[in-house]
Amino acid sequence: MHDTLTAQRPSAASMSAPAIVKPLPAASRFILQGSAAVMAAAAAALALPDTKLACRASAHGERAILWLGPYERLVIGGEAEGAELTRLLAAALVDLPHSLVEVTDRQIAFEVTGPHAAELLNSACPLDLDLSQFPVGMCTRTILAKAEIVLWRTAPETFRLEVWRSFSAYVVGLLEEAGRA
Amino acid sequence: MTSVYRTKDGGRIQRGKPLRFTFDGRALQGVEGDTLASALLANGIHLVGRSFKYHRPRGILSAGADEPNALVGVRRDAARYTPNLRATQVELYDGLEAESQNRWPSLALDTGALNGLISPFIPAGFYYKTFMWPRKAWDSLYEPFIRAAAGLGRAPTQADPDRYLNRYAHCDVLIAGAGPAGLSAALTAARSGARVILCDEQSEFGGSLLAETSATIEGLPAQVWLQEAIAELAGNPRVVLLPRTTAFGYFAHNLIGLNQRVTDHLAVPSAEQPRERLWQVRAKEVILCAGALERPLVFPGNDRPGILLADSARTYLNRYGVRPGKRVVIITAHDGAYRAALDLHAAGVEIAAIADVRATADGPAPQAARQAGLPIRLRTTITGTRGGLRVEGVSLAAMDGGPSQSVACDAVLMSGGFTPSVHLFSQSRGKLDWDPAAQSFVPGRSAERERSAGASRGLFGLAEVLADGAAAGADAVAAAGLTPPAPRRLEASGIDLGTDGFLGALPGAGAPGAKAFVDWQNDVTAKDLLLATREGFRSIEHIKRYTTTGMATDQGKTSNMNALGVVSEALGTPIPAVGLTTFRMPYTPVTFGSLAATSRGVLFDPVRTTPIHDWAAAQGAVFEDVGLWKRARYFPRGGEDMDAAVARECLAVRSGVGVFDATTLGKIEVVGPDAAKFMNRLYVNAWTKLAPGRSRYGVLLRDDGFIFDDGVVGRVAEDRFHVTTTTGGAPRVLAMMEDYLQTEWPDLNVWLTSTTEQWAVIAVQGPQARQVLEGLVEGIDLSAEALPHMSLTEGKICGVPTRLFRMSFTGELGFEVNVPTSHGRAVWEAIWAAGQPHGMVAYGTETMHVLRAEKGYIIVGQETDGTVTPDDAGLSWAIGRTKADYVGKRSLAREAMNAPDRKQLVGLYTQNPSVVIEEGSQVVADARQQIPMRPIGHVSSSYMSATLGRSIALALVSGGRARMGQTLFVPTADGEVAVTVTSPVFYDQEGVRVNA
Repeated sequence: MHDTLTAQRPSAASMSAPAIVKPLPAASRFILQGSAAVMAAAAAALALPDTKLACRASAHGERAILWLGPYERLVIGGEAEGAELTRLLAAALVDLPHSLVEVTDRQIAFEVTGPHAAELLNSACPLDLDLSQFPVGMCTRTILAKAEIVLWRTAPETFRLEVWRSFSAYVVGLLEEAGRA
Repeated sequence: MTSVYRTKDGGRIQRGKPLRFTFDGRALQGVEGDTLASALLANGIHLVGRSFKYHRPRGILSAGADEPNALVGVRRDAARYTPNLRATQVELYDGLEAESQNRWPSLALDTGALNGLISPFIPAGFYYKTFMWPRKAWDSLYEPFIRAAAGLGRAPTQADPDRYLNRYAHCDVLIAGAGPAGLSAALTAARSGARVILCDEQSEFGGSLLAETSATIEGLPAQVWLQEAIAELAGNPRVVLLPRTTAFGYFAHNLIGLNQRVTDHLAVPSAEQPRERLWQVRAKEVILCAGALERPLVFPGNDRPGILLADSARTYLNRYGVRPGKRVVIITAHDGAYRAALDLHAAGVEIAAIADVRATADGPAPQAARQAGLPIRLRTTITGTRGGLRVEGVSLAAMDGGPSQSVACDAVLMSGGFTPSVHLFSQSRGKLDWDPAAQSFVPGRSAERERSAGASRGLFGLAEVLADGAAAGADAVAAAGLTPPAPRRLEASGIDLGTDGFLGALPGAGAPGAKAFVDWQNDVTAKDLLLATREGFRSIEHIKRYTTTGMATDQGKTSNMNALGVVSEALGTPIPAVGLTTFRMPYTPVTFGSLAATSRGVLFDPVRTTPIHDWAAAQGAVFEDVGLWKRARYFPRGGEDMDAAVARECLAVRSGVGVFDATTLGKIEVVGPDAAKFMNRLYVNAWTKLAPGRSRYGVLLRDDGFIFDDGVVGRVAEDRFHVTTTTGGAPRVLAMMEDYLQTEWPDLNVWLTSTTEQWAVIAVQGPQARQVLEGLVEGIDLSAEALPHMSLTEGKICGVPTRLFRMSFTGELGFEVNVPTSHGRAVWEAIWAAGQPHGMVAYGTETMHVLRAEKGYIIVGQETDGTVTPDDAGLSWAIGRTKADYVGKRSLAREAMNAPDRKQLVGLYTQNPSVVIEEGSQVVADARQQIPMRPIGHVSSSYMSATLGRSIALALVSGGRARMGQTLFVPTADGEVAVTVTSPVFYDQEGVRVNA
């Protein structure tokens, strides 16, 4: 009986088609902090919708603004456009008190993708990653076992992980170990 | 299979698939679908273990998690040995090796059984009595005896080679237990579209239905309905079904711990599969369908092998096709035993007698038994049993005394009624109510979002249980915010067994020489409990601890209610007034591997490394752990030991140039128009007048005035500070900053960003540091005029943007090159190459420690211990005296914080320059005083200084700065070391070199 069950329910007992974990191309990154006006001006400057909803990302092409807190966003751009992003944001925010700090090299991005991506992440991340609770476009700071990460669902079966550089070996090792089942 | 105990057909086993196994080395055969217990019984083996205290021979008592006797060790190989498994829960696989426990030299002949002969001398609480006196006997006799006797089973000696995984999960409804109530609840919840998790500790879903042969549900035989129910659930993608998964712990806010055994039942587990998976389920709503546990009856000699619970015997017969014996006697206080008797009778087992302790038994099952001609004796009990390693007969007598009659048998089935399994409910801190009619504790007011259904709340009729499960499912779904499906009544037919039962000890349990067991696993008899009450114990919590009843790994699943019954009767106090002990997690034992999951080996903690790590490793660096970081400690060459390497590295930095990986230093970017105001309020230093492009050594206190952290802070722009912290202090400094910002000064326009990992930091230190970097930088003037000590600039190095600090933690001319981390390795190698003509060395943390100690620079956590003020550490100069306030200022103004006898940082020279004092040593004024001596300080740092050609030490000594030139002493194991108090700055006191 149970063997039939688990064959039908790979989620329950085994990860027959493990999700794939792969590094993403280099990107430029900034932490932007300030008032709602700062966030509105920054989004406009980058031609992205202002993410007023908590834990939501707005993205177009390589550019994205991730809501990390009411007064904090992670801004992501293409590897080569760091200087351009700095220029655009500095110009748009010149009259508004804010903090813009480049963190391009602070973290590395990984992609976890596949039909069991959410389950693989749930081996170490305690959040509810059901599509109904963590829809596409949702992002948050969270933990993966003992590492802090930013988790962003970019497609139903695809997540982007932003990991502090020195924790990346641990994160990859953890996901490999959990996926080997 | 030719065993006389195995039936020809029926049950859920596959007779065509024989499995070989061994028990204590004896080769035996079972079939697929067997548990170890059912396979042993099929081979006629009841004797499976020796009891804990008296080493009495014991047999299989139950068929499930409540088994107190049949604890076995199961071995796959030398590293895969699991002790104390309940044979009733071990699924048989081909080649299984099991062994009994707590016996020597063998199960049949056990010398420990001598304990049984001296049992009058080891009554309840004997630990507290006998071993008190004589005192001398404790070390030589009592303690070794107790240690040898304590514990059960043996631990494997090799590291566990299996893998264990963790899974977090969420659901609308978690249902613990997949018997009729749980299945009915799951079907209802799943039909509403809820996310459902259904788990059951057994290999198959169905609970009591698995042993059901006659009941029907919706016109179908129960087992056919079961199959269809499971198929419906399995076809629903919102439902997760977890067999072999025990809900072992109910944690706060509906977090339920599940232990899923993935491979233990397999003959050849796949190397890719984890052995177990720990599920941490956060459920919106929980339904507890844990069923009920049958109670034994407490009569003299009730523990002989061959005596088991009646409903377990029925399970063995109907589910596993095993007869418990050829001729059985049944003793009961519940109609269920009649149903078992009828099933056994139909399977060809002779029913020698049914002794019913009740005055009447007129339910449908007893009536059917009467019609079948089974010999029923009402108001009858067992006053004794016979047999050595197996029961051979019983003595029956009337409940109110009188002569006894001997009846031969090879098995005894007993039923004292059923106890609702309220373990998980109780773990959830729900309040138990006493149901006087059912003589049971049942779930009362909930503390969590849960409800119980079916037998676990005292309902036993099949139709009633199915309806209760469906109602609980609907209730849970509605509570989770979903719409339950229209109620659908399940028609079911099952025999009504009533709720009769017996609590406590039967007549004769207290008779001289009688051993009527209440707790099988911990060998507690009714007389032990009576003794405890005679000695004045009243609360069940005290009686439990005194007699150890209910304290074994089975947590008294079969014994607690009978213990309460005995105590209640002895004290003349109703059961609810005697109280109930606490149910604790885990419900059944859980492996450490499961709890550790992936947190072992290299994945125990993150191992943080810098971009220069691999270079250092290739150079042969020896690393040390600093927090989670790996830092190069020293770079030995050609067989050098640490002292030689450090001496060489120190001299090279002082005479030429060295390079050091300072990447792990914490970095926080403080940005905003109020950045300087924020820094002013937080750090002791004055920041407002610090010009952009300059830096300062910052000291951060807690509000109690003691040093919390330190680091160089550079002002990058009017509104931007680059704050560095100690390697280990980065998270707590950032947290403290955020705390003050959010709770004390939310009005300030300033924000914090951790940049620790944005920058790789390469310290280039030594008289030739400038020459090394000159050829690498672009647009940066490194001259002393343009870039004096404690300044910074931005530009490029090796084509990469850099924030370049002129600073020193060595006392030499020095720079710290900050570059984006991804360029760290390339810039390091370029600096290394440029340094070679200057004899550059790479140095590690040990050399860094020596160099800074020669200059009297403190290390937070080494010179400070949470009780050191800035003045104690000689850092008064850093305090901005004119500032209105800063964190810790008020505390520093207290009189005691300025007492002249506070411990102050000083240098110590040993009078013998080759002696290096041990760090942490105490300092005394007079070495000839009586022990214990009065310490006046302690040594915080101590090194051999190659530069000075002698040892140096830093110490915190009471009134130390007033003791310059005094001789003090450091007591050691080899006698006292005389030291002279000196300035903590041993080298270049004028600071000429750092300003070069």
